[in-house]
Parts: sequence; structure tokens; C-alpha cells
Amino acid sequence: MDMIKLIIDKKPVEVEKGTTILQAADKIGIKIPTLCYLNLGGFNIENKPGGCRVCVVEVEGRRNLAPACATDCTEGMVVNTHSIRVLNARKTVVQLILSDHPFDCLVCAKSGNCELQDLAHKLGIREIPFQGEQSTYRKDTSPSIIRDVDKCIMCRRCEVMCNEVQTVGVLSAINRGFQAVVAPAFEMNLDHSVCTYCGQCVNVCPTGALTEVDHTNQLINDLADPEKVVIVQTAPAVRAALGEEFGMKPGTLVTGKMASALRELGFDYIFDTDFAADLTIMEEGTELLDRLTTYLNGDKTVKLPILTSCCPAWVKFFEHQFPEMKEIPSTARSPQQMFGAIAKTYFAQKINVDRKKLVVVSIMPCVAKKYECSRDEFKVDGNPDVDYSVSTRELASLIKRANIDFMALPDSGFDSPMGESSGAAVIFGTTGGVIEAAVRTAYELHTGKPLPKLDFEELRGLEGMRSATIDFDGLPINIGIAHGLGNARKLLNEIKEGKSHFHAIEIMACPGGCIGGGGQPYIHGDTSILQARQKAIYNEDAGKTLRKSHENPDIIRLYEEFLGKPLSHKSHELLHTHYFDRKKEVFID
Amino acid sequence: MAQQLKMHLLVCGGTGCRASESEAIQTNLERELKVHGLENEAKVVTTGCFGFCEKGPIVKIHPDNTFYVQVKPSDAKEIVEEHVLKGRKVERLLYSDPAKKEHVADSRHMGFYRKQIRIALRNCGFINPENIDEYIARDGYQALGKVLTELSPAQTIEIIKKSGLRGRGGGGFPTGLKWEITSKSVADQKYVVCNADEGDPGAFMDRSILEGDPHAVLEAMAICGHSIGATKGLIYIRAEYPLAIKRLKIAIDQARNYGLLGNNILETGFDFDVELRYGAGAFVCGEETALIHSMEGSRGEPTFKPPFPSVEGYLGKPTNVNNVETFANIPPIINKGAEWFASIGTERSKGTKVFALAGKINNVGLIEVPMGTTLREVIFEIGGGIKDGKKFKAVQTGGPSGGCLTEKHLDTPIEYDTLIAAGSMMGSGGMIVMDEDDCMVSVAKFYLDFTVEESCGKCSPCRIGNKRLYEMLETVTRGEATMETLQKLRLLSNVIKDTSLCGLGQTSPNPVLSTMDNFWDEYLAHVEDKKCPAGVCKSLMRYVVIPENCVGCTACARNCPVNCITGERKQVHYIDQSACIKCGTCLEKCKFNAIEIV
Amino acid sequence: MEKIKSLADLRARKDELQKKLNLRERSDNPEKYVQIKAGMATSGIASGAKQVMDYLIEELDKRGIDAVVTQTGDMGYCYAEPTIEVKRPGEDPIVFGYVNTKKADEIIEKYIKNGELVEGIIPVNYESIDE
Repeated sequence: MDMIKLIIDKKPVEVEKGTTILQAADKIGIKIPTLCYLNLGGFNIENKPGGCRVCVVEVEGRRNLAPACATDCTEGMVVNTHSIRVLNARKTVVQLILSDHPFDCLVCAKSGNCELQDLAHKLGIREIPFQGEQSTYRKDTSPSIIRDVDKCIMCRRCEVMCNEVQTVGVLSAINRGFQAVVAPAFEMNLDHSVCTYCGQCVNVCPTGALTEVDHTNQLINDLADPEKVVIVQTAPAVRAALGEEFGMKPGTLVTGKMASALRELGFDYIFDTDFAADLTIMEEGTELLDRLTTYLNGDKTVKLPILTSCCPAWVKFFEHQFPEMKEIPSTARSPQQMFGAIAKTYFAQKINVDRKKLVVVSIMPCVAKKYECSRDEFKVDGNPDVDYSVSTRELASLIKRANIDFMALPDSGFDSPMGESSGAAVIFGTTGGVIEAAVRTAYELHTGKPLPKLDFEELRGLEGMRSATIDFDGLPINIGIAHGLGNARKLLNEIKEGKSHFHAIEIMACPGGCIGGGGQPYIHGDTSILQARQKAIYNEDAGKTLRKSHENPDIIRLYEEFLGKPLSHKSHELLHTHYFDRKKEVFID
Repeated sequence: MAQQLKMHLLVCGGTGCRASESEAIQTNLERELKVHGLENEAKVVTTGCFGFCEKGPIVKIHPDNTFYVQVKPSDAKEIVEEHVLKGRKVERLLYSDPAKKEHVADSRHMGFYRKQIRIALRNCGFINPENIDEYIARDGYQALGKVLTELSPAQTIEIIKKSGLRGRGGGGFPTGLKWEITSKSVADQKYVVCNADEGDPGAFMDRSILEGDPHAVLEAMAICGHSIGATKGLIYIRAEYPLAIKRLKIAIDQARNYGLLGNNILETGFDFDVELRYGAGAFVCGEETALIHSMEGSRGEPTFKPPFPSVEGYLGKPTNVNNVETFANIPPIINKGAEWFASIGTERSKGTKVFALAGKINNVGLIEVPMGTTLREVIFEIGGGIKDGKKFKAVQTGGPSGGCLTEKHLDTPIEYDTLIAAGSMMGSGGMIVMDEDDCMVSVAKFYLDFTVEESCGKCSPCRIGNKRLYEMLETVTRGEATMETLQKLRLLSNVIKDTSLCGLGQTSPNPVLSTMDNFWDEYLAHVEDKKCPAGVCKSLMRYVVIPENCVGCTACARNCPVNCITGERKQVHYIDQSACIKCGTCLEKCKFNAIEIV
Repeated sequence: MEKIKSLADLRARKDELQKKLNLRERSDNPEKYVQIKAGMATSGIASGAKQVMDYLIEELDKRGIDAVVTQTGDMGYCYAEPTIEVKRPGEDPIVFGYVNTKKADEIIEKYIKNGELVEGIIPVNYESIDE
């Protein structure tokens, strides 16, 4: 490897060829401030347009200042990251950005989490010497995401996520000059676009330009309404991340504290989406076996591979991008929606409450779930199965608002009859988890034998696309896994071209799966946090005695009392769905 | 051929003359020739731009070199009956020298042409650009033939290097060196790109070359392709140049038919073909990385260099980008030799440069002068001096990236380095002349308005900084600025130059800085005295009644559109400054010289 | 259209095509060539100036003499029509009167080619007829 010697702020440093000044400086502990730069290490996601010009440094012999994030080190380079010229320029650049940014920090959803705010503070900016016109745009509200692009600073991170990582292509820079901004083509509304609401744009937005739709106020009102029974379900990935919002180490599991907090907030019943995840495995696993058996029996018309369908952003993705393949994914609803359907039938009957008075709230690591529960097919006479979904971040905000000392809370459990879950359900929260859970159940249902080993290491990890062959007692089952919609697109194209040899594929829209969901606490580019969350999830699974969905006693009872058996008529009615061709649905206002 | 032609009637077919019905002139001339049975004796030829756009449409008659100006379609009859038939020049259509007040028949004797040397424009206004035969007759494709059969790529590059040719698009990078770097990049495919995204306000050098001599560019691109090892050429041209596009398409077809483009050119085994790519007219797409992104179908915005296009360009392959005028110089250099080219111009700037002369100058048009010609020669001899005998104030070169030069720079020879030293730059060849009626703050504001509009918006200093500069200049022109504003203007200008991503932002404050340097008094007048010396800034003008002259006729009050003038009949009137919109109606209506501007 | 197959082919093609542009090429630098102006006013045309001019253009070309033949208005020698003015490179112009094709032939052979004066010269006292 070619090594390069250079001097940064009078300190010598030796780096590999191809290292940027930013990286070289970091190596010797010099943190050059950045704004547009984003590097999601481990996911191969990088944004360095060199646009914000905050990271400019002085390079001896160079006419103008150089952006540290985009300038490679060269032999003998002498760099100064804090000369008066640099400090003035950097400050001026941030002042310019602030001069075209709304001054509503006090009420901004991103306040406290805003990278621009942090930068202004770090650079000691106390005044903005440049007054003038501020660019203003229409605020755009969709079921999941709010675009307030007056706050857009053109860092283009969302564009990288939307175009390069997710290959959805909704967000890109439009207009020129002062009017330049990131928006859907023709500035159409997000809900008229092919946006999947994965929320990865929200996750990386340094300011309040992209945020999730907030349901906390509605929730507070519902909780205070004596007429309403408010029940809650919490998704597996939430418990692995919520603690971060209260200063806990990433990867700390807070399942028990979370249940207690929800109780303190005044929910009538605290349930677990994991329960519904087990239910999903029953239905989806059975469907997989069903299709597989039919196929093996010689009926080649059956659609294989079967694709998971728990992720609403992924569902919307294929409805827009691959509608001709809408028969391939499993018809099983997502755990959130299965929970809602059971809650408003089985459970409503049990406690004898009219579904209209029963408010089902979900706590999700996701913003697409907000959209999912608003879909018409998940409503009965206009009443949604899940009334609304709040994100991990929103829950943290609610807990803080209610003066709850989260750290001091004791652990508590979930309520019955929709609180029990298996370890298989827990791992739904990470990429590879759904398919591992399905394999655990399908294997035993198919072979009639207990699994020799429950941990399928071959299905785990954070690689964007993974595959493994699982031996179903002599029958090799080929499993594919993709997370990130760009990777999903690659797999779908292979299926389309007839090149796919998989029997079952798990797809999650977000890199990392739900642990990296669009509703999770902001990681500000630190991907080690995702790894810690993933580890926490596998630890929770490992620590459970109940680790297979089909052994969940609450699930067994639900089938006995209410559904009959998987894929029964009742199951179909409540737990399965169908997909729509949305290719032509996109329109311009 | 039954009878030999004895006369060619050249009609300018450039965009400017076309806009003034030159097509109808051509049709009418052809019809009149027919009427008089002269179609076998004289023929009408459409050519590219003659450059003397001030007085277009132009009709030039060979062999007697008669130069008719401002010709109308209805003049065709007289030209044919008098000139073609009887050999009598149509006096009233001849160019009249404003200084000598006499008609000049022969273009060679016109001040406009006398100091010009035409290399890049050699065929403009001379050949029919839609006829490859006329190009071949003028040594067309000889240079390509020579390069393919007699020279190695390295030898060709050596000739270009020796000639001293530098990029004519603005940067002035040595062309031969650029070719050499691209030739040394190893790749399975390379590209030659012609940058025809001319965007400076008032500039039309490249358009005129493409309209008047498209084959010159095609030939040069093929030469470049052979030198650097590329088989594909792309011309990035703005879609607002329909005539240039049309002529390029015709030229490409003709060259292909003759085997001068396509596979196995001149049966030497060399393949090279050219395609067009259309731009939507964004100024920033003249920047080579932005241009390449636009051609790739992405948003036209620049990316950080390195990598340079010579190493990693179009579709990630080594790409040599040259501007139209640069290419137009290539065939003559090959044909006549590097020494010949290097003998023209100055020590560090060789050859000629094409300029689009515009503004307050008598001879607006397209000129080509040897490097080293002084600004004075260009403005006062070729350009015919300032319009209406006004006083010269400044000349802006280099477009929005350039600066304003003054009286004291008039004897500066035009060279890349001298212009930079004087605080401006060569740019692509825009040259706008200003007179005493131009307010230099407003001029700076005009250019900033342009860059604010044309910035791609990618980097913060250019996107927001230029807007703030513009707004500060606005406060100056409104008389609301303080000395602190001027200080901030300068500081911000320097930061924008220092931190912007591409050449657009790195140079966009130049008009502000150069006007501040050269016309500081004018800025001071706006800020301290709240006066615009040139009388341009409306906010700083006040219409007032001269009491001694006012007879109280009420004409001003009756005609004031905003009713801001009060006064009894036969009493002195009064203008309410807070309501006045400075439309000037009162001044115009007053018969007693009782209104003045202060 | 036929393809051009080599540099030699291209050069040959150029030589062929160049003739068609001579009229324009030469007018940019007429002083390098023999310049002939034919009086082509109404009286000149009536007396056969047009035929003389056509003859001159054709013959000069045939005989390989690089010349610029232009027409001009009345030269003021109506009595001697058709008149032509001939200017050899670097010499003063000379006006010939009563020029017919035969005379034109003589002018070409003797005066234009060799500078020998022939009969029919009209004395003039200005440099050139127009300008």
C-alpha cells in the first residue's frame, strides 16, 4: 500500500493513498467540522458532494481553500485547519447558510438533534451579518413524512439515500441558484410520488427539513379521553433503541422499562407487536410450506420465491416499481396490521368494547408504518385496525413530556392475551430475523422434527445481500436476504430475469432492517449504534425460553379460540391482504 | 457548365441576420436573378456570420467585394438590376463611415475589418456552411488527412503544444497539454467533447463558428480523437441554438457521406464519429464537469476536481473537453504549422481571439484580432468608438467571471495574463463597452443577478453568498447602504472566491471587486452622498420643481400618474418625494423647464 | 456521394472544388491578380459588353490566368463602348475602348500575359474607375 506523509496543523501524519484530508485529520484527533458529509461506515454509503463548504481547510500552495471531505492527501501536503483565513471562511459560510434558514429553532422538531444548530454553536456564531430574502417553499405533508424545505440546506444526503441506496428516486435537487432545493420532481407532493416512506431521508437530514408526521398530541388526547380504551403494541426494534434517547448506551435493552413507561403514560393495555410477529410466522411460514409443497408436487405455476411482506416501505416499493410481480410476496399482513385486526376483533370481543372506542396505537421504529395503518384495506367501515403509529423518537418525547424518570423505572411485563412472544418474534427487528424466525417454524412443521440448533448464524450479519441454504431434513431450501431497497431491486431483477434460485427471500427497506428504521433515534452517522442494536436483539432472543413462534401459548390459544388454523378462512379475512398496481398512480399536481 | 458564374451574392445566414429576414433577402435575390435571366451568371450563397452585426443583414458581392449593410428583402430588386445587371453599386446600401461621413464599398477598407485576422472565423461569411464542398475547397479536412496519414498522435500533439494554443473557453489551459494528458490516460474508450454551451451574456462567438463553419469543428474533433485515442466525439450544444444544431447535423451527414467521419476515415483504419448532446441553457454547464454530468443525464452541476475529465470524464472514461473556438483553430495550425500560429500574437498568448463586441459601441459584432491587440484598438478602431460620441467609461471582459477595465487599461494588450493582472480575464470572449451613462454599481448588480440565477445551487457560498452580494448591491443602488455594507461586500466577495466549488462561484464576485477597485468613488457617491453619478439608480434621483421657473400651469400635476404633485393654479408646485415613482412624466410635460433631477 | 478514399483523393477533390470558389478567394486579395473591370452600363450592354465579359471570364480561366473580372457602371466613355479596365498586379490600370472578343483575345495574349501594350488605350487621369 502506498503511504503518504503530510502535515496537518503542524502535526505529521502518515496515511494510505486515497485518504482524504478529513480522514487523515481524524486519525490524529483533529475533528474538522462537516455538514453535508455523511459516511455510513459498514453500509458503503457515502455522501461527499463538497457542497456545504464547511470543512474547507487551507492547503499550502493552493489558490483557494480545499474541502477536506473531498480532497485527497498528497505527499508533503501542508494543511492548516484553523488558520484565520479558514476560520473566517468557515464562519461566513455557516452564517450564509443560517441567513437562508428559518429562525424557529425553539419550535423545530429537530431542535436538539439539529446538526446545523450544533455547528452554529460550535463555531460560536452569535450574529448573522447577512440579512436578505429567505427561500420559501410549500410545506408538504404526507401520511408519514413532512417536508419543510425552507429548512433544506442542500446537503443532498437525502438524495443519496433516496436515489443511490434505496433506488426510489423521489428526492433530487431541482431549480437553480438561490431557488435550488431538494424536492420530488416538479415539486409534486410526496404522497403523489413513488415515495415508500422508508424514512431514510428523515434519518440523515441534518436539519428539520425532513421529519416524521407527529401523532403525540393526538395520543395524549386519546389517553385523556375516558370514553376510549387505548391499547398499545411495541415493535421489537424499539426496545433495542429507546434507551439511547435517555442517554443509555446503544444496545441497551429496555423492554421492561418501556412497558412500565407505557403504563405510566396511561395506556389501558400494554401489548407486544412480537405477539403478532409470531402470528405472522404462523401464517407466512405455512404459506411458504404450502407453496413449496405444491411446487415440489409438480405444480410449476406456483409463485416462488415467496417474499416477506412485513415491511410497508418494501410493499409500497414493489407496488410502484414491480407491480407485475405483486403475486410473489406473501399475502400475510405485517405484524402491526395483524395485531390491529386481532385487537379490534378477538380482543375487542374479549373486553366487550366497540371497535370504534378501542384505540390501537403502535410504537414503531418506522415512519412507513404511519402510512401503512392509513391504507384503506386495513380499515373496517372507515375505522382503521391500527389507529396510528408513533415512532421510537415520538415515544421518547412523550415519556419526557410526562415527567417520567425513565432510568428509574422498574421493569414490568406485557399484558395478556397479546403480550406473550417468542425469541423468533424479537429478531424481526433486524435484517435476517424474519426469515430466521420463519425457518425455525417451517422446519419443524415440515419435518415434524425439533430443530437441532436454533441460531442460524448463516442468516445473520449486516451485508446488504446475503444468502444461505438450509437443509430441511434432506430438502435444501435456498434463502435470500436483502435490506436497503437498492439491494431489493437487484434481487427482484434477478427474479424477473428468471435467474433467482431462491425459495424464500426476506426484504427490509431500511439498511440494517428495523433497527435502522426511519423512526429510530438519530445515529448521526455512527453505524456502530446499529450493530449494538442488532446485538441487543439477538441477545434478547437468546435469553428467551420460548424461541419458536409456533410454541407461543397465546398464539396456540388464539388459533384454538378464534382463527382455527393458519390460512383458514378467518385468517385470510383478518391476517392476509392483497397488493395494488401503483405504476400509474403517480401524478403531478 | 454552360456558362461560367461571374458573381457570387453572399447573404448572411447567421442567427442575427436571419432574425432580420435575411432568408427573404435570399429568396428575393434568387427570384430577381431569375426574372432577369441571370441565374447562370450569378448565384446566391448563404454564409455564416460576417461579424458586422451592428448593420445586418449583410449582403456581400464577389468578386468586387461590395459590402451592403442593413439590406431589406425589398432591396433585392435594386441590387440585381443595378449591381448584377449593370455593375452599378447601390450607394444607399453601402456602409457609411461615421467618422469620414463617406460610403465605403469594399469591406477591406472598413475600419471594422482592417485590424482583424481571421483564423477561427476564416470561413464565416465566406463559405456556405451547408456545403461541405466549399469547406473542402478551402483546405477543409486536409489537416485531418495529414494527421491520419503523415503524423503520429504524439507528433500531432507536439504541433499543438508548440503552437502555444490555449483554451479559448475562458480558462486558457494549454490545449496541447490537455490532449497529452488525455492521450496518456489508459482506457478502453475515450471521448472528445466539444463544449458549445456558450453562456456569457451577449456572447455568440461559438454559435457563429458553428453556424458559419461547422466542419472546422468536426475536423478538429476527429484530429483530437486520433491524437488522444478516442473514437467518439460529442458536441454539447445548447438547445437554444437551433440553427447551429441544424447546420451541425447537415455537416455531420455530409462528412459521413464523404467518409470523413465514421468508420475507416480516408481508408486509414481510423474510426471517429460525432454525436450531438443538447443542453438546456444552464450557464454552469459550461463548466466541464457539470457539462459531463448533464450529458450523462444527471443534474448539470459541477463536481470536485480531481478527478479531471482527462482522467475520469464522460461515463467515467478519459474525456478531452475543448471549446468550439479552440477546435476551430486546430485545422489551420496543422495545415500551416505551429510556427505560423506561434508567430501571431504575443509571447504568452498565441494566435487570435474572437470577441463579441457589445454595449455602447458603434460597431456591435463579432471580431477576431491577434492576441496583443490593445483594448483601445478594439474599441475605438474596430469597434468604431462609443455610440453617440459619449465618453468611454469601462469595458467588461470575461463575462460574469470577469471584471471591468477602465480608461487606464485601454492600452493593455489583450492577453490571458495581462487581463488577469488588470483584474479581469479573457473569458470566452464577451466584451461589453460602457459609457458615461452606465452606473458601475448597477453593472456589478447586473452580473450578480446573472450568477444568482445561473448558479447551480450546489455549494453554499455560491448559492447564498451571491444572493447576499446582490442584495447588498441593491441597498447601495437604493442609497440605503453604509460604509459597513461596502466592507461586507468586499469580505463576502473574497470568501465566495475562496470557498466556492467551481469556477462559477470562484469568479462570480469579480465584477463586484473590480468595480470597487476601479470605481470606488462611484460606490462612495452612492453610499455617502446618496447620489448615482451616472443617473441610473432611480431611488437616488429626485424630481424637484425649480420655483423660479414654475408658472403654476398645473400640467405636471394633471399628468402625474400617482398624483404626488400639488399646487394651486399660478402657484409654485411641489412634488411629494415619498410618493414619487420617478417616472419622469412631469419633466416631460413641463414646458417651462421648471422640473429638474437632483 | 462518393467517399473520399485517401489524402491524395482529398487533395484532388480540393483542387477541383477550389475553382468554384476562386471568384470569392481572389476578391479578398485582388491586388495579387489581374483585375479587369468591364463597363456594363446600359450603353455598354447594348454595344456587346456582356459578351466581352463572358468571353474574358471563360478564356482567362481556360488559359489558366488568375484574374478577377468585375463589372462596373458607366465609365464615361460611351463613344468607345464596350470599354474595359485592366490592372496588372502592381501596375497602374489601363482602359481599353472598342473591345470586342477579338480585341479581348489580343489584350489577354499581349497585355495581360506579357505586358505589351495594344491599340485602343484610352488615356485616363485618375487611378481607378470607382473609389
